[in-house]
Amino acid sequence: MSDESPRLEGPLPPAALDDPHLQPYAKHPEGTQAIAAVALIIGFLGFIGFGITYWVSDNTQWEAVTLGVGMLGLGFGVITWGKYLMPQGPFVEERHAFHSTEDERAAMTAAITERGGMVVKRRKLLGGLFLLGSTAMGVVLVFPLLRSLGPKPGRTLFLTNWKKNSQLVTVDGRRVTADDLDVGGVLTVFPKGYEGSSPDQVILIRLAKLGPFDAPYPLSPPGRTDWTAQGNVAYSKMCTHLGCPVGLYQEQTQQLVCPCHQSIFNVNAGALPEFGPAPRPLPQLPLKVDNAGYLRSQGGFDQPVGPGFWERP
Amino acid sequence: MIDSSLRWVDDRLGVAKGGRTFLDKIFPDHWSFMLGEIALYSFVVLLGTGVFLSLYYVPSAHEIVYHGSYIPLRGQRVSEAYATSVGLSFDVKSGLLMRQAHHWAADIFLGSIAVHMARVFFTGAFRKPREFNWIVGVTMLILGIVNGFLGYSLPDDLVSGTGIRIAYSIMESIPLVGSYLGFWVFGGNYPGSGIILERFFILHVLIVPLLILGLLGAHLGLLVKQKHTQFPGKGKTEHNVVGSPMFPTFMAKTTGFLFVTTAVIFLLGGLAQINPIWQFGQYEPFQISYAVQPDWYMGWLDGALRIMPSWEWVGWGHTLPLEVFLPAVIFPGIIFNILIIWPFLETRKTKDLAYHNLLDRPRDRPLRTAAGTAMLTLLFMTFFASSTDVMANFFEVPLNDVLWFFRFAVVIAPVIAGFVAFKICNEMRAAEGIGKRKRALIISRSSTGEYSTTEAEPRPGDGSEELEAIPVPTFIDLVPPELATGAGVRRVMR
Repeated sequence: MSDESPRLEGPLPPAALDDPHLQPYAKHPEGTQAIAAVALIIGFLGFIGFGITYWVSDNTQWEAVTLGVGMLGLGFGVITWGKYLMPQGPFVEERHAFHSTEDERAAMTAAITERGGMVVKRRKLLGGLFLLGSTAMGVVLVFPLLRSLGPKPGRTLFLTNWKKNSQLVTVDGRRVTADDLDVGGVLTVFPKGYEGSSPDQVILIRLAKLGPFDAPYPLSPPGRTDWTAQGNVAYSKMCTHLGCPVGLYQEQTQQLVCPCHQSIFNVNAGALPEFGPAPRPLPQLPLKVDNAGYLRSQGGFDQPVGPGFWERP
Repeated sequence: MIDSSLRWVDDRLGVAKGGRTFLDKIFPDHWSFMLGEIALYSFVVLLGTGVFLSLYYVPSAHEIVYHGSYIPLRGQRVSEAYATSVGLSFDVKSGLLMRQAHHWAADIFLGSIAVHMARVFFTGAFRKPREFNWIVGVTMLILGIVNGFLGYSLPDDLVSGTGIRIAYSIMESIPLVGSYLGFWVFGGNYPGSGIILERFFILHVLIVPLLILGLLGAHLGLLVKQKHTQFPGKGKTEHNVVGSPMFPTFMAKTTGFLFVTTAVIFLLGGLAQINPIWQFGQYEPFQISYAVQPDWYMGWLDGALRIMPSWEWVGWGHTLPLEVFLPAVIFPGIIFNILIIWPFLETRKTKDLAYHNLLDRPRDRPLRTAAGTAMLTLLFMTFFASSTDVMANFFEVPLNDVLWFFRFAVVIAPVIAGFVAFKICNEMRAAEGIGKRKRALIISRSSTGEYSTTEAEPRPGDGSEELEAIPVPTFIDLVPPELATGAGVRRVMR
């Protein structure tokens, strides 16, 4: 970038009042000024209106309207003033190259490499020790900055609080019987003592009205027929995609739908994902009915619940 | 008065020379240069309304009994965060206005950044010497998106809580460190030790805004130092800036614009409901609402998650949830990295090392325009894909079809859009006199019957452009020239 025009030092040359650059852009400055004045007055009134609204009613809509009118009036007035009544210009300013000369660059490089290099090269021991110390500081500071934030995952992600004979309860702690749900009904249940716990949430679905002595509900995959209890089936409610609660049950198609990203699971087929981004079936909780008629789990889940993670086999 | 106080300051700091240069600074006039100002002023509104909100909001998962004036919630046990957010909406005077204005301001902030960035991209304003400022801008966009997410997570309502759950699962999907990251950010397995709202709060109100403020200072500082770009035009060269002076013209216009931007945000904040958390209810990890979408600037990520096939990789005793990791971590990573390195990619291709202060017309750079169009189309497609369920319901087509449409559309649409943009640019470049304001042709018939055409006079609005641009005068003679007779009146003839 060449810089041909001399840089103007000190105040720029004065201009006369009749210089065309100093004339307003507006053709009828008086009329334009009147418009700007009206806008500013409206703005002023708007703010007064806001004060009154706030004092009298605290109505959100009127507060917005009065405040908006106040600001629009002021803004419109000032813009009119600036755009139409101030000197129209156009004015020009030179750009100046801001890069340094080659000599200055060389001097800067030399200062770093030669002056600095001389000192560092002569005192290699000190440099090395300083580097060692600061590296050690960097490493140990990671511990309080990161490690203190939370516990290590350990086996937590593999476990839930569902054990053998866990009692199925609602979020209020009410025990659930095998006949609590009508066909097509769903209920979110937890192991007793862990009501509301996120990884333990289970969705209980009544697929058929079966009595204690009826044949078990024909649920695929094979080997899981005795995981149902009198037509009740239970799946982990945590979506295997991103952990949202799979809360939508479509009875007609026997599907569970996750409202977050539309993964669809087949309730009749071990909650196999039929559609959407979920990669795995919802883990199934094997159910049984105890002597008092309440639902219990035969055991925990046979796999980690929820979305995938690196340590998952 | 001004003279004596300036003298006092100048004696100590020497501000007169630099200050005067600053007041004389020229800003080019073009409507598209105001897009960045919208972002700046909505950020100002965010700071103001945010301070207001922070005086009432309590970032705590601690459960209390709600006693406020929202009757359906009375007597229920809710978190303090949710109770104070509902309280802000109903029990703090002007609270709902401030809360909604804050939310609208955030949406407008990110929207204007996106549009401003598109302007900078398509006009080539990122070229040498402004690569730094481009990177600063992209970084602010990323921080803005992050802070928007942190902010709308704070009320602890059902919709935003689901978003936090998804964020946790996205962290979890990262190979090797994912589970550790999730546990450390949340203080344990989801929902963590109950500390997440405090952590989000301090990030949202202090750490991220401070970073944005610092970068904003750098953004504007670089703008002042390097001076604004301008479109080519009469008297405009690579070596000058033509426009309005900082003081008073630009200052008046921009102050007015601050007021107008703020007015629009507050009008929306009071008249257009946004994020009615009292309707969603408090977040419980086992509850969910239907047709939930994040705020618009997260939509492209949500859409990418929705249309991604379920490609989980399992092997060697490990699981790699590619169905999450690719769309939610790798995809935005690629997009932001392309944005950051774009100026250097372009230099590598064009071998153009010159300074550029005059802007490009998008049509004059067909490849860049095509690339930008393709990128925007990709983002729009993923954005629309975040409402697959709503679309399926609205158009009464199977969800399956909508999903497959978008799976193809995200690949095909950008290619088509880029190709069409490329073609249009080349066509426009070939058309002569395009973009110039046309003057009327006057057809006249001479006495001999001969027809001839002459161009009409320039339109009134074009008149001011006929003036040569001059340096900003510092002193103006207040005496009209016809009365200027005595000594002491300086008159400069041009």
